[in-house]
Order: sequence, then C-alpha cells, then structure tokens
Amino acid sequence: MSPVCQSSDQGRNMQSKVEPALRLARSDAPTPAVESDRPRFSDVHVDRNPGTALDLDIIRGLRVNRSAVERRAATIPARRTVKKEWQAGWLLRAITLIDLTTLAGDDTPGNVRRLCAKAARPVRADLMASLGVSDLSLTAGAVCVYHAMVPAAVEALRGTGIPVAAVSTGFPAGLSPVEERVREIRASVAAGAREIDIVITRGHVLTGNWQALYDEVKTFRDACSDAHMKSILATGELGTLVNVARASMVAMMAGSDFIKTSTGKESVNATLPVSLVMTRMIREYLQHTGYAVGYKPAGGIRSAKNALEYLYLMKEELGPRWLKPDLFRFGASGLLTDIERQLEHFVTGRYSAAHRHPMV
Amino acid sequence: MTTVREVFETMEYGPAPESDTAALEWLARHDAKFGQYIGGSWTKSSSPFEVINPANNKRIALVSQGSKKDVDAAVKAARKALPAWQLLGGHGRAKYLYALARAVQRNARLLAVIESMDNGKSIRETRDIDVPLVARHFYHHAGWAQLMDSEFVGYHGAGVVGQIIPWNFPLLMLAWKVAPALAAGCTVVIKPAEFTPLTALAFAELADAIGLPAGVLNIVTGDGDTGKLIVDHADVDKIAFTGSTEVGRLIRKATAGSGKKLSLELGGKSPFIVFEDADLDSVVEGVVDAIWFNQGQVCCAGSRLLVQEGVSERLIEKLRARMETLRVGPPLDKSVDMGAIVAPVQLERIRSLVEAGVEEGAQMWQPSWACPTEGSFFPPTLFTNVHPSSSIAQVEIFGPVLVTMTFRTPREAVALANNTPYGLAASVWSENINLALDVAPKIKAGVVWINSTNLFDAAAGFGGYRESGFGREGGREGMYEYLKRDRISVTDDLAAGRAAKATARAAAKAAAAWKPIRRAAELDDADRGGPLVDRTPKLFIGGRQARPDSGYSIRVTGADGRILGEVGEGNRKDLRNAVEAAHAALGPWSKASGHNRAQVLYYIAENLAARSPEFADRIFAMTETDGVAEVEAAVKRLFTYAAWADKYDGLIHQVPLRGVALAMNEPMGVMGIACPDEYPLLGLVSLIGPALAVGNTVVAVPSERAPLAATDFYQVLETSDVPAGVVNIVTGSRDALVKTLAEHDDVDAVWYFGSREGVRAVELASAGNMKRTWAEFDSRVWMDLDEGEGRHFLREATQVKNIWIPYGE
Repeated sequence: MSPVCQSSDQGRNMQSKVEPALRLARSDAPTPAVESDRPRFSDVHVDRNPGTALDLDIIRGLRVNRSAVERRAATIPARRTVKKEWQAGWLLRAITLIDLTTLAGDDTPGNVRRLCAKAARPVRADLMASLGVSDLSLTAGAVCVYHAMVPAAVEALRGTGIPVAAVSTGFPAGLSPVEERVREIRASVAAGAREIDIVITRGHVLTGNWQALYDEVKTFRDACSDAHMKSILATGELGTLVNVARASMVAMMAGSDFIKTSTGKESVNATLPVSLVMTRMIREYLQHTGYAVGYKPAGGIRSAKNALEYLYLMKEELGPRWLKPDLFRFGASGLLTDIERQLEHFVTGRYSAAHRHPMV
Repeated sequence: MTTVREVFETMEYGPAPESDTAALEWLARHDAKFGQYIGGSWTKSSSPFEVINPANNKRIALVSQGSKKDVDAAVKAARKALPAWQLLGGHGRAKYLYALARAVQRNARLLAVIESMDNGKSIRETRDIDVPLVARHFYHHAGWAQLMDSEFVGYHGAGVVGQIIPWNFPLLMLAWKVAPALAAGCTVVIKPAEFTPLTALAFAELADAIGLPAGVLNIVTGDGDTGKLIVDHADVDKIAFTGSTEVGRLIRKATAGSGKKLSLELGGKSPFIVFEDADLDSVVEGVVDAIWFNQGQVCCAGSRLLVQEGVSERLIEKLRARMETLRVGPPLDKSVDMGAIVAPVQLERIRSLVEAGVEEGAQMWQPSWACPTEGSFFPPTLFTNVHPSSSIAQVEIFGPVLVTMTFRTPREAVALANNTPYGLAASVWSENINLALDVAPKIKAGVVWINSTNLFDAAAGFGGYRESGFGREGGREGMYEYLKRDRISVTDDLAAGRAAKATARAAAKAAAAWKPIRRAAELDDADRGGPLVDRTPKLFIGGRQARPDSGYSIRVTGADGRILGEVGEGNRKDLRNAVEAAHAALGPWSKASGHNRAQVLYYIAENLAARSPEFADRIFAMTETDGVAEVEAAVKRLFTYAAWADKYDGLIHQVPLRGVALAMNEPMGVMGIACPDEYPLLGLVSLIGPALAVGNTVVAVPSERAPLAATDFYQVLETSDVPAGVVNIVTGSRDALVKTLAEHDDVDAVWYFGSREGVRAVELASAGNMKRTWAEFDSRVWMDLDEGEGRHFLREATQVKNIWIPYGE
C-alpha cells in the first residue's frame, strides 16, 4: 500500500501563512513533520491566554449553520480511523488527556483517593510492558473533584505531577452570589487546585448580555491567579449553536485557558457538532490574537471509539498540537476502562472485560 | 515497523485498509473474465478489454466488448420480456424492486469494495454514499412501481429502454437508470462505462439471484461503439444517457426523428455562491464536499466558487488551510479523503487544463504534500485570479480543480452563476433566508442546494437546465421519463390515413351543414357599393404589428380555392426580433403571479368569445370545418389554462434530512411553438395556453395552410392586456421557420406538431443548445379534452428545479 500524501514541504505558490504561529514560551521547539502551516507540535507550554477586550463586532458577526455543522461532524468519524499500532498509540495518548472526574454528592476522601491512584497508574503494568511503553510513566491529565475533595486529592497525588482540578463557582448551575463564587475559586486554589473549572451564567448568553458574561469570566480568571481556568459553557443549555459560538468567543476574550462544553449534569453534554463549533472558535481566536486556548469536551464520552473521534476532530480542525494535555482534555471517568479494554484486545487479540482492569 | 510508542509520540494516521479479499474471491470465481448478461444468462467472454485499477494501474478483470450481435440479442431479449413484465402489474414489479434493494443491502460491502477498486474512489464514499443511495433508489422505486397504477393513470411504460451510464458513479448511475425503468414497466439494456463495468456485472448476478425474469435487465459492456449500437437500434423506445454534453449532443442528433424518448444528464460547471454572511467554516467543508468529492469527477461538482468580495480573502485562506489536511491515497484506505482519478487519460485531461489555466495567468495553489506516484492521482487544486473569460472558468474539468471569482452584489452573483452554457446544479451559502431564497430561483439549474452541496436522494429529481441536459432522475418527475401517455391517435400510416379520411368526411359534413353568418364579407361588391376594405395581416412582434423583413407575402387560399388574403413571409430576422422581444418580456411575465397570468388568459378568452362569429367564419373559410365548435373549444381551452395558471403547484419532496426539497415547476423560458396545420385557432391556443400559464413567453409559428386565424388572434391579444413580447406570431413557411427557432441558442424549448421530416429537423437542430423539444408528427385529437389539454401540456412547458433547504438553528 503506497503511502498517503503528506509531507512537510511548504505549499507550492503559497503566498501567506494561514495562521499566525502560536505564542510559544520557547521558539526552538522540535517540529516533527506534520502539516506545515499549522501550529507546531511541541512539548513546551503555550503562553497563557491573557484575554482581550470584549469585541462585540466579532461576537455579533459569528455565523453558524447548524445543518452544515452537523454534516461535517458526522463525516469526521467516517473520514478517519486508526488501526492496530496506531490505534493503541492514540488510545495511550487519550489516557494522558483524561481529567479523571468524580462529582457526586456521595464523594468521600476514600473514593477520591482511589481515583487518584488510578490516575497515577491508569493501565496495568503488564499491558504497558506488552505495548512496549513501560518507561512512559503514563498518567491521566488531571483529577477533577469538588472543592471539598481538593485536599484529599492533592494529598493523594503528591509527587505524581498530576494536577488537581476543582469545579467551582456554584457548580453546576453557577447561580450562587458572585462574591461566593469568587471566594470559592480562591479557596480551591489555596487548597492546592492547579486548575479551576468554572461555570458561566447561562442567562447572560440566553439574554445576549455579552458584557455581563465577559465581566463574569474575567472576574473568575483574576481570582484563579496562577491556576488554569476552564470555562464550562453548559452548551446543552445554550439553545443554539450560534450561542455556543458566541459564548466560546466571549469566554476566550475574557481570558479562559480552556473552554469546556458541559458540567456533565445537563441533559445534553459534549457532542461532536458542539465540539466542532467550539474548536472553530478556538481557531478563530487564535487567528485574531495568536493565543492558543484549550478545549475540553465533558460528559457522555464513555467509549474508546468515541474518544478517538474527538481526537480526529482536534487533529483535523486545530492540528496535532491540540492532542496534548495542555490544550486538550476529556472530562470523563468510565472512558478509561473502555480504553484499557481496547488496549488489552490489541495485545491479546481477545475482547476484554471491564473487571479485568483496576476500577476507576 | 511503526511501534505503539512512536505513534504515541507522533499521533500520525497509519494505514487503515479495507480488505479486498472478498472482492478478489468474487473476481476469481469468474476467472476475472466476464461475458454479457443477456436474456438472463451469460455469454462467453469475447473481444475482451482490460479493466484497470487506477490506484495501482493493475489489471483487475477482462470484460467483453459488446458487438452488434450482443446488442441485437439484448434488445431482442428485452423486447421479448416486455409484455410479461408490463402485465405483471405494479405490485408484481414492486416486489422485484424491493428484492433488488434488499440484495444490494445484503451485499453492500462487496459492492463498495469492487466499486472502489474499479473506479478509484474512496471506500468511504462507496460505503457511505454510493451503495446506500443505490439501495435507497430501489426502495423508493419499488414504491413507484406499487403506486404506478393509481398515481400514473393514463400512462404506460415507454417500452424497451437503452441506457448508457458514466464511470464516475458506476453503480449509483445504474440504479438511477434501472430502478425507474423497471418500476414503470420498461425492460432494459444498459451499458456501463468501459472504465468501470464491474459493479454492473455484480449487480446482474444479484438480479439473477433474486429471480428477476430473464430479459428484463440486460447488461452489455463495451465502449462508445457499443453505446452507439444501442442508441441507433431501431427497436429501442427510449434512450437514457448520463455523460458528457459532447456525447449527449451526438445522441440527440442520432435519435432525431426516430420517435425515441430521450433523457440526457450531461455536464456542468456548477456555481458555488458564498455571500458575506455565510458560515465560512461550514462553507469550507461545503467546498470539500463540492469539488473534492469523488476527486471532483462529479457532473454537478461545485467547480466555480463565487465569493462576495469582502470575505473572499478570508475564505481563500481557510480553504488553503483545509486543503493541507486533506489526504489523498489508496482508495481502499479508510482514512483518505480522495482516491484515484479514474484513468490515465482523465488524469492527462485534468493536467492539461490545469496547465492551460496557469498559462492564462491564473494563480494556482496546491497543498504542500505530494500524491502517491504509482497510480492516477491528482491533488486538490485551487485557482484564484480567475475571470469569466478564463478557459478554466468555462470548461468542465471533471477533476479536483476549483476556480474562484468574486462578486459584489446578489445580482452580480446570479449573473456570474448563469454565465455558462450549463445549468446542472448550484450551491448558495448565506445565513439570510431572504437572500438565499431570492437567489435560488434565479439560478438556471435543475438543483440548488442552500447551505449544502451534493445532496442526493431518490425522492428528489436530479437533472439539468440548458446544455446540462433534460429529464429528471428521481422523484415523481423522474418517473415520467420512463412513461408514455396513452394516446387516442395512432402512429402507423394506415391508421393515420383512416384518421385523415374521417377528418375529411367530418369536414364535408360540416360544410354541408354550415350556416354562415351573413355579413359584409358574404355580400356582393355591388350590394356593398364597392370592394371590402383591404386587410393586411402582419407579423406580431414585441406587441406591435410588424411588416415582414423579407417584404414578401404568401397567399392564403380557402378550402374552396378562393383567395382569402396574404400573410407576411416571416424570415430569420423576424424570428430574431421575435425571440429578442420574447426575452425582454420573459422576466416580468415569468415573475408575475399565477393570479395575474390567469386574469390575462381569461381576458383573452373573453375577447375571443366576443368575436367568435368572425373567427368561426374565418376558420370555416380556410378549412371548411366547424368553426363555431373550434372557437368554442378554444375559449374553453383558454379558460382551462387560466384556471391552471395559479394551480400548477410544485411538490415538497420528502428527502432524508431536517429540511425540505422544493420541487418547483419553473417555466422553460422562451419557447418556439410551431402549430399544427389542422385546427388553425384551437391548435394555436392549445399550445400557447399552457406555455403562457406557467410563465413562458412564446414565438408562435401558426398553421402554414391556415394562418389567418392566428393573425386575427393578435388583435385579441392586443385588447387583452397581454404584455408586449409575451406572445409573438410569425407567419410563413412553418418548417423552415421552426428550424431557425430550433437552432436559435437563445430559445429554450421548441414544440412542433407537423410532419415526420419536420420532427427530425427540429430534434436535430435542437442539439445546438440542447433545448427541450416536444415534437410530434402523428395528429393529435385537439378537440379531445384528454388529448388536447391538461397537466401533461403543463409538464412539457416547465422544468423542475429542486431546491434543497436544510434548516435548524
């Protein structure tokens, strides 16, 4: 089988760069041969998005055609697939992108510690050996919990390098008094959370009060200080894809490090069409400002196949740079088990069972 | 060997091949050698030619070149199978079509893999688009078979049909052709393209396996010579062709005057119009689906990107970025976007056109990656700095090559979109419903996709305007291509002779019974005190009475040999003027409401009725037939079309998407109408009535023998609020005049009711711009309500445009 077209040569007759280069902390980043005009794949962290002024012309000029978005979203899983070694490699990468999450009323330090242990050693050692990746020190992207569980998680993850993320600002509805929401962020940061997943006031979107949304997110960002902020838009409650686009753009202008679909508590959570709209907005923002914002779909992503579909989408729409944990996360928990099952199937050729893998 | 560890780092796509094992086994079972499928059995392989996999230039199979003997045998088998197939009835045929749909689904992957190997298109497309649409087409037409007896009363299957299909969607085109034919009760001889015959042969096996009666479907492989044998075969009742406009034109000429029904689905240079308020990211994906679908080898490919100037630069940037991420590679790889070009000769054609584009100064852009060197591959290509005068903006490239131009206003967008001899499809992108729905009807194309592109479904008709051919495939409108209306009169000479005698007898009877209304014309000069005031009938052009350019007149004599008067001898220049007048009138008339056109038609009827004694006399004087009855029938007929003017509704097709497909009945445009010799008034009214009702403007050539009813009629038109140019009347030598009309590239349709030779001449001349023709030489019973008027006249006066409107916020 002859190789598929792709090389690192510059475009013929290319007149201009399509996108401004990412703002990188180091400019001598290694650049493996991939799409030449895309942001470079690299190990360095991107500069944090400082945000911009609210530009209502941009917000109001955004257009989203739902039917066309759905058609494109439907073909992404049909146009790309990875098999065998490639599938195993992609699934291992997917694990590093998971925010292992527990957000239940009955969370205790006990089950949170269990989750943290899984985050640190997500795949059975024998499988890692069979895959030839024992030296990889593979971990999940983060552990995501309520504020009350932050101390237990920080303690459990000490020395692993895995960050603790705290959902905050009156999660999931985000309707508690604004001072309390800000205090909550500060408390979680003080307790050791390095990432804060805030929720926006959906009403600001539904009433088109972009200034209020911008001010709110900016306030939260200030409160986050050095902690990275993921802005949960609760897309399932925003009504239309145009609202999703506008809320995404406002959240980025207000300084979000990530934009995130859902709390996991809405009736509709992450979907490919919503993700397509949000990633297109990330690209738009990058083109306007040069800053790369991360993306986190959350809720309902349970199968390895589904996770791969999201990775195809990221690679196709934003490029491979968005396949690293500083710019992409899954909000999920059960997903990990299915990935483990698929990895074992790759190793043994037999379909695996959930109970063969240490539970999340 | 790539390791898991490496992939973890690089996150590259790896190979993801679809297995070709089953397809190779299928080929091996046939020893990779095929004969023809005729009369339910396979002939021995003969005069074999090679079928090549364009992705690796390797031979897949040997297929037979269909000979005259093969085509004769196939047509004979189809003819033999026809009576039983028609007798089987709708439900019986529906069961077979249903079985074919099921068989396609059961063997979907095998068909998809064979198609990919044979054509070079990606397995994703054959698996997700071609083959599911094939099954869908048979399901849908199983339904039409079932409903035919109730939904197409007064119609019967066209008979033995010869079908010739292209290589770009081999099995899908077979389905588009075979399903409606079988549903309508036709039997089929079909020739797949020589590059891509394999899925047709696999389909023959499926048909055989479900027990389709022998001879109902015959498959003859071969090249254009075999196709020509089918087209020229005397015992074929209908030809359906999909392919190039060039070959379509040859077929139009070859079938001229043969009485064969014809449908042609030809080339295109379809516009893809992007307004500044469009969702540009979605537009980019639309472009991918428009021109990089099936390597751009799509007749309706959106190959001319027309962008509103203000967003052009942004869109082009986005497109370039997107082109970088397209993947071209082995068609059976499940992760490629584009496969191989069908054959080296096509690749060469694309290359040379692209080179010509560069030479003409257009700016070419191709992505940075390189295509596989083995096999026929061509990268996605984008041209900017293109103008309507560039050859790459005019010529159908049939490859992954997009040209872009900019426009400033919606009006300019429409003008650019229509600046082509073609008219197959168009795509309109705007988030403004007012704009999109305003533009769609203005584009001369059989299919318009709003905020979408290349959507197909069996329920919606597909087919072109202008030189993109005529006829529709899919939907109710598509069924008519395989149906003929039951007729009272018959075509054989013997019966025609009998009919003529009967007419003569009736005329004699009428003459004997005629009680002329005594008026001035009947008085002697002496009684009157001198001669009648002389009358000079003129031509009627652009709402004015005009003397003929030639300066000659033709004498009109009555049935009794008396000289009744002289009419102008119209010539080419008169027709040119008439066509220009008709064009000037077309815009307002076609946009007028049905209510408005109805009022005009009623008013014509009113004014005709007021002068009926005069017209009755005139008719009698010319033909010695019952003028009173004819005028009465003409008034009624005008009422009929006044009634229809606001009632010939389109359809809303149920296509599988959140949205609608509006099947709009649009006027043809400027129509040339040559009236029958008999019924000098009713013949004229029966033809211009439906034409006007649906919004056409007309250049009518009246009965040559009896033109005075028509020249009197313009006075009726003048008093009936008919806008200038909507009806133009040019008297003279009918067959010579209609030939000029049929040749005129700015006439959209020609109707002709005259001689066999005249039919041939009209159909032959129509090939110039592929105008629609309705030409008959066997006399119609014009007084009959079923045969002289009705929906079928309106259908001939319109063409269906399907506007796809996905919605959802």
